[in-house]
Amino acid sequence: MPPTVGISVARTDGLDKATGATRYVDDLAPPGLLHGRTIRSTVPRGRVLGVHLDFDTAGFTIVDAHDVPGRNVVALIADDQPCLAADEVHHAEEPLLLLAHADRRRLAEAKVRIDYAPAPAVLDPALSDRVFKHLHIAKGDVAAGLAEADVVVEGEYRTGLQEQLYIEPQGVVAVPESGGISVFGSLQCPYYVQRALCVLLALPPEKVRVVQMETGGGFGGKEDYPSIVAGHAALLALKSGRPVKLVYDRAEDMAATTKRHPSIVRHRTGLARDGRLVAMDVEVLLDGGAYTTLSPVVLSRGCLHATGPYRCANVRVDGRVVGTNTPPNGAFRGFGAPQTLFAVEAHMDRLAEAVGLDPLTIRERNALRPGDTTTTGQVLGEDCSALDVLQAAAARTQFRERWARLRGTGRGLGLSLVFHGAGFTGSGEVKLASRATLALTPAGVQVRVASTEIGQGTRTMLAQIAAEALGVPFETVDVAPADTAIVPDSGPTVASRTCMIVGRIVERCAERMKATLAGRTPADYLAAHGDLVLTGQYERPPGLDWDEEHYRGAAYGCYGYACDVAEVAFDPDTYEVRPVAFTSVHEVGRAINPALVRGQIEGGTVQGLGFALLEEVVVAGGRMANAQMTNYVVPTTLDAPPIDVVILERPYPHGAFGAKGVGEMPMDGPAPAIVNAIRHLGIDVREVPATPERVMEALCGSR
Amino acid sequence: MRFTLNGREVGTTAHPMTRLLDVVREEFGLTGTKEGCGEGECGACTVLLDGLPVNACLVPVAHASGREVTTIEGLAAHALQRAFASEGGVQCGICTPGFVVAASTIPADATDDEVRERLAGNICRCTGYGGICRAVAAWRAGRPRTAPADAGSSATE
Repeated sequence: MPPTVGISVARTDGLDKATGATRYVDDLAPPGLLHGRTIRSTVPRGRVLGVHLDFDTAGFTIVDAHDVPGRNVVALIADDQPCLAADEVHHAEEPLLLLAHADRRRLAEAKVRIDYAPAPAVLDPALSDRVFKHLHIAKGDVAAGLAEADVVVEGEYRTGLQEQLYIEPQGVVAVPESGGISVFGSLQCPYYVQRALCVLLALPPEKVRVVQMETGGGFGGKEDYPSIVAGHAALLALKSGRPVKLVYDRAEDMAATTKRHPSIVRHRTGLARDGRLVAMDVEVLLDGGAYTTLSPVVLSRGCLHATGPYRCANVRVDGRVVGTNTPPNGAFRGFGAPQTLFAVEAHMDRLAEAVGLDPLTIRERNALRPGDTTTTGQVLGEDCSALDVLQAAAARTQFRERWARLRGTGRGLGLSLVFHGAGFTGSGEVKLASRATLALTPAGVQVRVASTEIGQGTRTMLAQIAAEALGVPFETVDVAPADTAIVPDSGPTVASRTCMIVGRIVERCAERMKATLAGRTPADYLAAHGDLVLTGQYERPPGLDWDEEHYRGAAYGCYGYACDVAEVAFDPDTYEVRPVAFTSVHEVGRAINPALVRGQIEGGTVQGLGFALLEEVVVAGGRMANAQMTNYVVPTTLDAPPIDVVILERPYPHGAFGAKGVGEMPMDGPAPAIVNAIRHLGIDVREVPATPERVMEALCGSR
Repeated sequence: MRFTLNGREVGTTAHPMTRLLDVVREEFGLTGTKEGCGEGECGACTVLLDGLPVNACLVPVAHASGREVTTIEGLAAHALQRAFASEGGVQCGICTPGFVVAASTIPADATDDEVRERLAGNICRCTGYGGICRAVAAWRAGRPRTAPADAGSSATE
């Protein structure tokens, strides 16, 4: 059998998507369909005094908090967020009332007036005393390290809200079934939605079926939020007894759904004269919005990446995520790491200046090596490739020569070095205990997992892993739809875990199946023995111990490493900064499908360029003021330079065929690489997005 | 009101200000045309009106009266579609039909910069555009310089 893993086989869903044949949730139109609409609060905080339905309610289904049969919460971590607010609202755009009608025009025209007694709203995270999570990581003695350092450099770095802006907005169709509910939706995590619906509707899991439709992008935005959309549609469907479609329009999606947490990160770093890091003291503050959602875990990942891929004996990271009266923030590709890695990488160039080194040399002196320990005391294996990606990027871009040559030319060159822990943090994977099933078919085998295809190529990649491990042609592997009635819970499609963790379970399962087949073809085996269905479960690799209380041990199974080099052009009239060349070197363990990996790197990089330069959520009075694609600007073909991608492989022994996670890491490096390129122009920007306004302020302020 | 839809003459009784997007999707069941923003920014609803790309969310159906509308379902651009699928031009797929429709109007002798300009009205959040540009380049490389209107008969078939 020729190899399948490591080959860029064509993705199995490509042609149907290119011909428009693929069906998404908004393409469904079951008979008797009602359309749903969400009525939301218009104030950031207050008591609800009265709800007035200023329309003819004939033919409408109307749902409020009193219609919730189970617990009125969005079940996730803290269960503090109501599915429908009742007497109080804690942020603008908070859902209060649901309407459904067969006629979309009548639905849109229905007027609902709500009276509030407004209460003082906290909109600035620095002023909040509501702490969702406080974290502390310590290694060595920071005070002693700072005291003995030759140079101490301080700095504060900020990042703003970022909208996922998947091109398909949030949407589900909920269909009432005998005594239960089926939900067809655009989502990343079918079992998250199922669990939330069971709690909300007081139904057992066998009465709640969740089916992922083809999903038009997620990037974290469809990790937890679909539980809300599905909950609302299900409440309307159960009350009306009819299928209900709830698809957000763009403005509602942008205004109401989760975004990347804004961050303020402060660094105080002690250096030896030769540029070695002696002590790193880091404070992280994230704005969680009104409810807990995933914020504790975002903070955790942020703090665990806050010192970058560097060796340092004395470290202290103190992190808090706090509540404000703004729409809750949540998961977005990178999950806290892009914020803290931006800060440490922007800081690193200032450290280099302080000791008279160039950006490459200071990173070479401090990059993690195999055998080094992280801030939590995790000893890194032979696959630690920080120095490899740095040197590969430097050589490919002739960094030192160009950095010297471009100075003073109106062009700037910037570099960033990042790492990204793959899989759930700490003991998360042990708790998830993910399962995957392989079922023999006459033609080959079917892979059954709840891991979703959201564009990244899950179906193709898992089929390659199964084919290779089983020794059958790629074309004979089928991947089942992510339908809770069919597939086991392989965990959420998040945290760069699908290939490395779920792929590994599939690989092990396929090895068992191959042994069982003992050389017989699937058809021969089925004829002789009947069905063969094998389920595998996550197995914790040896040595992966984690102490949640003290934040000590192996925070992640392994880390990927990446180095970005950005060249920017500066327009002194408009203060615009434009990326003109970009090289990205990623070490990913093993590229199961290099073309798909390249797609992740290119796509994540351009999202990172948006984060760096363009994407600004303007908040006024606790509401998004630019909830439109017209004035929330993401990169187009003309804003994105061609990305020069280099893939390195240092296999991780416990990932599928050596694979590490790759989905999120490309988001980490672009913002600091761009800001460092701007610094190379002589402009000191410490906040992204580095819009022309911000660049102008930085320039004028320094005059 | 009558117009030509994917080569077939059709009639509609929809209100003249109904979005062309809603008419093709709901009245004619052509769901390959997607709604991404409803404000003419993302290009997911790109269709051809008399051969030129337009955002179907901004076109009242009255504007299509007596004219020729081509959606992704009626586009004879199989080589282009295959190139999108094989060159990394497709990820989540929601923007892909719009991109394919827009790309199908790019002349064979366009430069790489012109290709990027012609596609600047379509937004993809997944690919970073690299795979899309490679797909269009591969398709153009396989086309004769004087491309026939039907890209499906090009040399890469």
